[in-house]
Amino acid sequence: MENIQSRRNFLKITSGITGGLILGFNWFSANATETEIINSTFSSSLDFNSFLAIEPTGKVIIYSPNPEIGQGIKTAFPIIVAEELDVDWKDVIVKQADLDKKFERQVTGGSGAIKHSWDRLRKAGATAKYLLKEAAAQRWKVNMSELKTEKGFVIHTSGKKLSYGELAEEASKLKVPEKVELKKFADYQLIGSTIKGVDNPDLLVGKPLFGIDYQKEGMLHAQIQRPPAFGMKLKSFDATEAKKMSGIVNVVSFGNKVAIVGKSTWEVMQARKTVKYEWEKEKDLESTDDHNRIFNELLNKKEAEIRRKDGDIETAFKNAYKVIEAEYQCPFIPHNPMEPMNFFAHVREDGVTLAGPTQNPQSAQQQVAKLLNIAPEKITVELTKMGGGFGRRLNSDYALEAAELSSIIKAPVRVMWTREDDMTGGIYRPAVKYRFKASIDKNGNMTGFYLKGVGMNAGNATRQDNFPVGAVENVLIESVDYKSSITTGPWRAPITNFLASAEQSFLDEVAVAVGKDPIQFRLELLEKVKSNPIGKITYEPNRFIETIKMVAEKSNWGKQKKGIYQGFSVYFSHFSYVAQVAQVEVKKGKPTLKKVFAVTDCGVVVNQSGARNQVYGAIVDGFGHAMFANLKFKNGAPEESNYDKYRLIRYNEVPEIEVHFVNNGIDPTGLGEPALPPTGGAIANAIFKATGKRLYSQPFILADEKLENFV
Amino acid sequence: MANLSLKINGKTYNTDVDPNTPLLWVLRDHIGLVGTKYGCGIAQCGACTVHLNGSATRSCILPVSAISGMDVTTIEGLSENGTHPVQQAWDELDVPQCGYCQAGQMMSASALLATNKKPTDKDISNAMSGNICRCGTYHRIEKAVKLAAEKMK
Repeated sequence: MENIQSRRNFLKITSGITGGLILGFNWFSANATETEIINSTFSSSLDFNSFLAIEPTGKVIIYSPNPEIGQGIKTAFPIIVAEELDVDWKDVIVKQADLDKKFERQVTGGSGAIKHSWDRLRKAGATAKYLLKEAAAQRWKVNMSELKTEKGFVIHTSGKKLSYGELAEEASKLKVPEKVELKKFADYQLIGSTIKGVDNPDLLVGKPLFGIDYQKEGMLHAQIQRPPAFGMKLKSFDATEAKKMSGIVNVVSFGNKVAIVGKSTWEVMQARKTVKYEWEKEKDLESTDDHNRIFNELLNKKEAEIRRKDGDIETAFKNAYKVIEAEYQCPFIPHNPMEPMNFFAHVREDGVTLAGPTQNPQSAQQQVAKLLNIAPEKITVELTKMGGGFGRRLNSDYALEAAELSSIIKAPVRVMWTREDDMTGGIYRPAVKYRFKASIDKNGNMTGFYLKGVGMNAGNATRQDNFPVGAVENVLIESVDYKSSITTGPWRAPITNFLASAEQSFLDEVAVAVGKDPIQFRLELLEKVKSNPIGKITYEPNRFIETIKMVAEKSNWGKQKKGIYQGFSVYFSHFSYVAQVAQVEVKKGKPTLKKVFAVTDCGVVVNQSGARNQVYGAIVDGFGHAMFANLKFKNGAPEESNYDKYRLIRYNEVPEIEVHFVNNGIDPTGLGEPALPPTGGAIANAIFKATGKRLYSQPFILADEKLENFV
Repeated sequence: MANLSLKINGKTYNTDVDPNTPLLWVLRDHIGLVGTKYGCGIAQCGACTVHLNGSATRSCILPVSAISGMDVTTIEGLSENGTHPVQQAWDELDVPQCGYCQAGQMMSASALLATNKKPTDKDISNAMSGNICRCGTYHRIEKAVKLAAEKMK
């Protein structure tokens, strides 16, 4: 049964490729060296989750299994393959693969794809190149050492050449080499160049690419009314009027929800307004004021989960010459991808078709299988392009709703969330409050570092093995997770999206308190880590130091004209290092953010265009959310539900940004998230420099009315 | 329900819809032109921007009954084969990340450049600040508008 399913998928994706070389390889397998030629019986295809095909025409087709969410993976992965293959980029065709059970990790999340797949992708390209060269050597009866490759051709020292297309079939009959040589960093031509997004041609003319554009014969449109507040449940509803309205097919209820199903979006929207709902209280209806009270109670309580303990923090504080203490807080915020949640489902007797924007198709498949009691093999998931996600689409709730609804109404249906549904329907960045303490000795050394994080459904609200841990003798890191009825999930750079801002602001406070330059202060701590690290650390101090020094140089740190104030921040996340300097100007007493410098060490930069876009975007995202984002609750209900009240950063509000990469040739690491965490801290520290005021809570705009015109 | 004749991208479409239906949903659900996107439904994000007699207009709150006889241009009709200078500039500078808002961004930009060949920074800011890009591609949008203006000279 499984074999048939997998073979069918394979046949589907390889249709149109005959007589060429098809190489199967595993982008996600634990064994990076596994590569095999797929022969015409497809017998080996089950072992591979990705395919590189060279057609007789010389076109190279690469299947991209990862969901594309705007992080550029669909462009970056094939660049790496094409580099080792030595093929002209214009001959590369990238296709999105649908969910296949062979893909062990078909997920977009955690900025982990490039790091994980780097070796596998290079190996696949290099293996194909080797086979093509060997085929040419056999045909010409020459030694392989006399051959080189360039832009899709194998070239002999004599000058004669053959295209990959001409060699593909012969190459497909050879044995895959056990070892191949990979290129050196200095020899890269494609990697590190500027390559445009592979979806641009379709995207820029408005072709249907996204989940919300998905169409199927007979597809119905649905919207779902969910409880208006966290802690409420559905008591009853009356849809008599709605059912009579034009275009309405059905109104059904499941799991505390009411689904209005019809022939078009607008008709469903209109009918939805006429349904009379009665809700009742199921749990406590929490308000933001309650959260603030709970934060303070839990911060002051002794009970907490100890995440890390080095040395003896109590003695350090008892013997301290000076103790610095501060608290930082952030609110719940929605993800707000521009494409709201939506999913297509068609539950039939013989199986289920799902299609839509998801960062985690495998989880959607498994959860739908469980919900409907159907074997996962009978559920296909088509991956559409996603209009952003920021972590929201790691949760499969909206796919499950669509599947459940389709199983009830026995029809193909797309459930669409309105913006209001999207913003109020749950899954938020958790609200968190931190307490920091540092003990300082007579010589101005930080002898103790204490961090307690209290989060609302945040899991571990700390990152206990990250800097400055490792540089301080006595450390205590504690976390408390409060079980709130407000649902949460990962939000771009989970936890660190605010923890970094808080921690980097606090370290700035400590630096000022001991009379040291904030950059020098960090560098001294990192030198300590280098010579004598305390306990387990996750970062490499040398890479931290190099990144910091480079941003100091690029931003002319400490050499600013009068009236210009700089703030510094640096953070390590998703195995990458990002240092930022924010530059604020004060005019007529009002500070304005003019510029942000960013230096990133993510190892090798795979695509300059994609990489720079990620860093710019992450800074804009980090700045906008630190400044404005705030979702408040009153009796369990979110108070902001659309962009008239919930402020997202706009075109006229962004500062100048200058982006640099260390680009040191080290194996590449994540970039979808790492440039966001440092931004809030850099800005807060620049504002402190300019105004003398510390910003202890986000959004910043509420903390100081002078910031009204900050942008 | 009412029979309405709509002029979209130079073609005439006859539709039978509730006259209050916003143009956005007529385009997407009835005519099958899905390049114009839904983002907020209250004219705050600009994802649904089309040209109405050449002016950038939010289609999510525009009842179809109000546009009888007027020319509507959507991203699909901005050019044949994506050759409008704005589309070319967006491609050359590789503006998109997720790309969802970019049709609306390009419609705002092309409406500006149709009447203002040499827009100042302030003009561009005024024209583009109604379009939210959640990925934060604003810096490239600025460059692309300027490049498109160059191309249109």
